[in-house]
Amino acid sequence: MKRFVEKIITIAANMGEGHIPSALSVLDILWVLYDRILNVYPHDPIHPGRDRFILSKGHASLGLYVVLSEKGFFDKSLIDNFAKYDSILGGHPDRNKIPGVEASTGSLGHGFPMAVGIALALKIKKSFSKVFTIIGDGECNEGSVWEAVLLAAHHKLNNLICIIDYNHSTDRALNVGDLAMKFEAFGWRSCEIDGHDHEQIYNALRDTPKDKPVAVIANTIKGRGCKVMENNPAWHHRSPTKDELIEILKSLD
Amino acid sequence: MRQQFVKTIESVLEQDSRLIVLLGDIGVFGFRRAFEKYPDRMYNAGILEQATVGLAAGLSSEGFIPVVHTIAPFIVERSLEQIKIDFCYQNLGGNFISVGSSFDYAALGCTHHCPGDVGILKNVPGMQIVVPGHPEEFDRLFQQSYTNGRATYFRLTEKGNSLPNSVEFGKAAVLKRGAKATIIAVGPVLEDVMSACVDIDITILYYTSLEPFDVETLRQNCASSKILICEPYYSGALDYDVIKSVGINSVKIEHIGVPHVFLTQYGKAQDHNQCIGLTPQNIRLKLGSLINE
Repeated sequence: MKRFVEKIITIAANMGEGHIPSALSVLDILWVLYDRILNVYPHDPIHPGRDRFILSKGHASLGLYVVLSEKGFFDKSLIDNFAKYDSILGGHPDRNKIPGVEASTGSLGHGFPMAVGIALALKIKKSFSKVFTIIGDGECNEGSVWEAVLLAAHHKLNNLICIIDYNHSTDRALNVGDLAMKFEAFGWRSCEIDGHDHEQIYNALRDTPKDKPVAVIANTIKGRGCKVMENNPAWHHRSPTKDELIEILKSLD
Repeated sequence: MRQQFVKTIESVLEQDSRLIVLLGDIGVFGFRRAFEKYPDRMYNAGILEQATVGLAAGLSSEGFIPVVHTIAPFIVERSLEQIKIDFCYQNLGGNFISVGSSFDYAALGCTHHCPGDVGILKNVPGMQIVVPGHPEEFDRLFQQSYTNGRATYFRLTEKGNSLPNSVEFGKAAVLKRGAKATIIAVGPVLEDVMSACVDIDITILYYTSLEPFDVETLRQNCASSKILICEPYYSGALDYDVIKSVGINSVKIEHIGVPHVFLTQYGKAQDHNQCIGLTPQNIRLKLGSLINE
């Protein structure tokens, strides 16, 4: 994973843009999803039999971009154009520009309800594909998230898996508390994992849900893999200077 | 118009298996037959408009054509960002059909009014806006546009015109040609406009599609450079289109519409219309002043 961390930090530093700690928070989850879980077709990204993935917390886009490029959804060189004027890769992902992106996200609380709609559509079409989405604990402040939770439970969308990137970034504003219990109370199945342990991620995501949508509460560290950024809100939307970049790259584990 | 809405949707459900209806816990009884016949394409989504619009976008991205229906403020104002981002920004098609218009629910007060809908949605790039003046016009305009892959708002009104006109999506109809002024009559105000101007030498253009706005028809029918816009929502929502059509320097524009205030009285919609001057008498008066200027 270290080369992905290096890439994310370097790209952000070069452009002076990007939410690095958020990308690092979900990087392990994204890698396990695309490497071992999702049934996707990088050279036919709208293959009808694909599983769908929506990064509802779109500001973690750099994490998604390094994984999509690694898996061949687009040319690796494109990632060096991140956030440039004509780039297909912006600060938030755009479904109309990037192969493999199912929803344009950025405004929190939007991608998850769309994922619920896709899951319902797949049920109506009697498709066996699954829908995965990642939301953040900060995003769980949004009312539309809990509206979507209600809808998914009511319609018994057992093809939907919502991964909650619980890095406690929202604690300074609102404490969202025991999210596993909250999802259970809304009629979901839930489990809790270490969101940086690949085996735990894999085991939580590999089984098809039986009767209900599934919430995977992934306990994560914002900025994971870059000590100076870990749990440091000052880095939320800040990029390293040239000098800082040299020091940070030297310090990576 | 509501009965026609049900009829039209039932008919489209029959002919197009891509159509899915999401109700915001209103109109459920009216659609009872459709619920029985199409259980996998009829949903009473509940009273959660933001997620309903997001969910509809998800359905759209999978090839379905969603119809979302509730009272105007809850669809336009509560879930505006979902309409903007989930549909228009992402180039997804869907249909948003409201009831209540400006103040059809007059007795329920301002929480259920929505005279801002047209002006608000005019500011969302890619959004289509349709204001039918008669139930049959809704049917025609919906059938002509519901599959065009765009997000479209249909503004249903309790009291429309007595007779339908021949309408075409995206086009204005020229109902009368005259020399002294041009009236733009939007949807359900047409009947009042016609009765107010029956003996006056003016042009009457009937607009039911407000976005796309038919620039050409206005451009070709505005020799007087005097325009009176009669619109059943907050005045001024069409000004940009009108100026774009005929130019800002050469034209005099007047409005009869809903003033930009909270109408805190109750009663019936016609009480509000009377109070704000959305009446044939006032249309005639204002037109006279415009012509004589």
